[in-house]
Amino acid sequence: MNEEIIIAGFGGQGVLSMGKILAYSGMMQNMEVSWMPSYGPEMRGGTANVTVILSDSRISSPILNVYDTAIILNQQSLDKFEEKVKPGGLLLYDTNGITRHPKRTDIKIYQVEAAAEAAKMATTKTFNMIVLGGYLKLKPIIDFEDIKNGLKKSLPKRHHHLIPLNIDALERGMKIVKALNN
Amino acid sequence: MEIKDIIKEENLVYSKTKLLTDTTLTYCPGCGHGVAHRLLMEVIEEMNIREDTIGISPVGCSVFAYDFMDIDMAQAAHGRAPAVATGIKRCWPDKFVFTYQGDGDLAAIGTAETIHACNRGENFTIIFINNGIYGMTGGQMAPTTLPGMKSSTTPFGRDVSLMGNPIKITELVAQLPGTYFVSRQAVHKPANVRKAKKAIRTAFEVQQQKKGLSFVEIVSNCNSNWKMTPIQSNQWMEENMFPYYPIGDIKIEGKLIKTN
Amino acid sequence: MGELRLMKGNEAIAEAAIRAGCDAYFGYPITPQSEIIEYLAAEETHKRTGMVLLQAESEIAAINMVYGAASTGKKVMTSSSSPGISLKQEGISYIAGAELPCLIVNVVRGGPGLGTIQPSQADYFQATKGGGHGDYRLIVLAPASVQEMSDFVKLAFDLAFKYRNPAMILSDGMIGQMMEKVELFDPVPRNTEFDQSWVITGKTADRERNIITSLHLESASMEKHNQELQKKYIQMQEQEVRIEKIQCEDAEFLFVAYGSSARICQKAVDLARAEGIKTGLLRPQTLFPFPTKEIEKMAGQVKGILTVELSMGQMVEDVRLAVNGKIKVEFYGRAGGMIPTPEEVLKAMKQKIIGG
Repeated sequence: MNEEIIIAGFGGQGVLSMGKILAYSGMMQNMEVSWMPSYGPEMRGGTANVTVILSDSRISSPILNVYDTAIILNQQSLDKFEEKVKPGGLLLYDTNGITRHPKRTDIKIYQVEAAAEAAKMATTKTFNMIVLGGYLKLKPIIDFEDIKNGLKKSLPKRHHHLIPLNIDALERGMKIVKALNN
Repeated sequence: MEIKDIIKEENLVYSKTKLLTDTTLTYCPGCGHGVAHRLLMEVIEEMNIREDTIGISPVGCSVFAYDFMDIDMAQAAHGRAPAVATGIKRCWPDKFVFTYQGDGDLAAIGTAETIHACNRGENFTIIFINNGIYGMTGGQMAPTTLPGMKSSTTPFGRDVSLMGNPIKITELVAQLPGTYFVSRQAVHKPANVRKAKKAIRTAFEVQQQKKGLSFVEIVSNCNSNWKMTPIQSNQWMEENMFPYYPIGDIKIEGKLIKTN
Repeated sequence: MGELRLMKGNEAIAEAAIRAGCDAYFGYPITPQSEIIEYLAAEETHKRTGMVLLQAESEIAAINMVYGAASTGKKVMTSSSSPGISLKQEGISYIAGAELPCLIVNVVRGGPGLGTIQPSQADYFQATKGGGHGDYRLIVLAPASVQEMSDFVKLAFDLAFKYRNPAMILSDGMIGQMMEKVELFDPVPRNTEFDQSWVITGKTADRERNIITSLHLESASMEKHNQELQKKYIQMQEQEVRIEKIQCEDAEFLFVAYGSSARICQKAVDLARAEGIKTGLLRPQTLFPFPTKEIEKMAGQVKGILTVELSMGQMVEDVRLAVNGKIKVEFYGRAGGMIPTPEEVLKAMKQKIIGG
């Protein structure tokens, strides 16, 4: 197993923390993991992205040019990364704010209306967990139990009371994710 | 009468502290460094703290202070002695640590290190020798060179409109809450020597009490680069340096007692 | 098995320092390595192990605090990134001259000047050829993973004390900022005994005074000191070279790269082999001492070498010296924070070495 993922969106959408939870969860399953953020000025308000690699064997480059999966949360990122998905790969995106939708036919494209779903919840901060839920539904490479453990590890203790809310968000994401072209 | 007839126990009126080595001082005859070295070593001997004392020599005439002081010492890069002392004292808070620095070292290139060590209230002692000139490099202008005073880089005298005014760094550091004892002394006359020694002693006692930074400036002469005889230079110092750099305690027990 | 954690490279350095029994850290914040001092502050090192932590007024002050603390035999370190490391060079030269052990971490960013905060390997010359004034060398370790960011802290301290020489970890923004799984080593207690033959902790009656200095005004004495230093550097070259070889057994073409570049090349090796091209990777883990002999040996096996760096070509000079004209050595690099993709690197190998 070797899964190379790019998660990209605006700073503040929880892009980096979504990647972190994935990486932690992978580690719980004894996988090799790497988490490589874009850092610097881009962190502040602009686009943010993180490359997460989960693998059964030693990870070589933590920075990649093509990906098995792209999880896309804004238009700029869609424009940039659609072409970077490997043929046969997966593109998952939230339609909120998207005017130019993906066009490729050689990849699997899925939508998750996470922003809309998050608005129905107690806090919209669950947005990234809804997206992550959608991804895990499509690629169940990590046990749900390990995701819970990963959440515990990556959240500071003072936020542990939010874990049930996050799990609810993950489950909602799993339910609402839908295929666009297949 | 030969010399050996004179060197007898009963004729002994003074003996050099054990903490000064027998190495011949490299300072010019008439220079104040020798007396300052002696006072410092006498205080350490009298307090019986050699086993716990670490000194830092600067860049300048006293770069070789470790040749003359029989204690553990480190030689610091130009201006960095207060940082070096900080590194030592933070790791060994119960040791006595002092820096011995000249005016170029402390008040020009090392201003940041001086101000910040004082501001943090590092628990060590700074001995600051101010003779208003760069001695080792051959008499160039120092940050403390007086207005109108000639040096090899101000051959027509320091023009304050071009070179700024001499910096009163001692008054400056006295303003900082981190300094506990700040004093300005001289070593050109016996009375001054006694007061200077008392100030150095107080400075080391402040360390013992862990009260903060203790700072002793010694206004001194540089007869060679001032191009005077030793006696002339001491007179010149009294007439010109002391009015600008008045002798006396500036801060005692953390309280400013004098503002110049 | 030691404790497993998911950590950033910078955090791993900080945690490893605490565990290695580091006595003091003196530093000044600069991107992309500020997580080191932030991590240490959050850990409250003074409570955890008694380790001193001080944010200095400048990089210059920080390296001189290291000089002071190292003079007393303490295990001390500082960290910075390229512009800050330039500021420290005076102090590093003094530390090398005075033969003091310490650890300096450089999480390299693009230059020259204020440059960029993105990853770079353009400080290779500065790290391996001296950097400051005078004839001296640092022990330079080049981690290529978060695991090595941790492991090399301990190794760097061990080597620094073995040779009484400053050691540098030459990392970059990529390794510093990325998170990976790291197995932490068990904590080592801080030193309580200090080698009285050279440390300055106060002169006791049973020994001569110790003096820490780099000043030798007499030319003959200065030359002798230089010769003694060279002996150490030669011994390092003989005993401390460390490399990793990846798929080199049957390789016909070789990548030579360190740190983050090596990670990219490792992927390029896989891509090449998927196409049936037998490539391998030689990754220096020590940049000084440099693996001259190991590269010379590979030059007898492979047809050509591509050196890949995040710079305009620095280590390639040492690779060429090692190969000594025997086979073709070419360079591929990106600068200013640009990072080549594995595909890009493989393309360069094909164009410059295989096809060229």
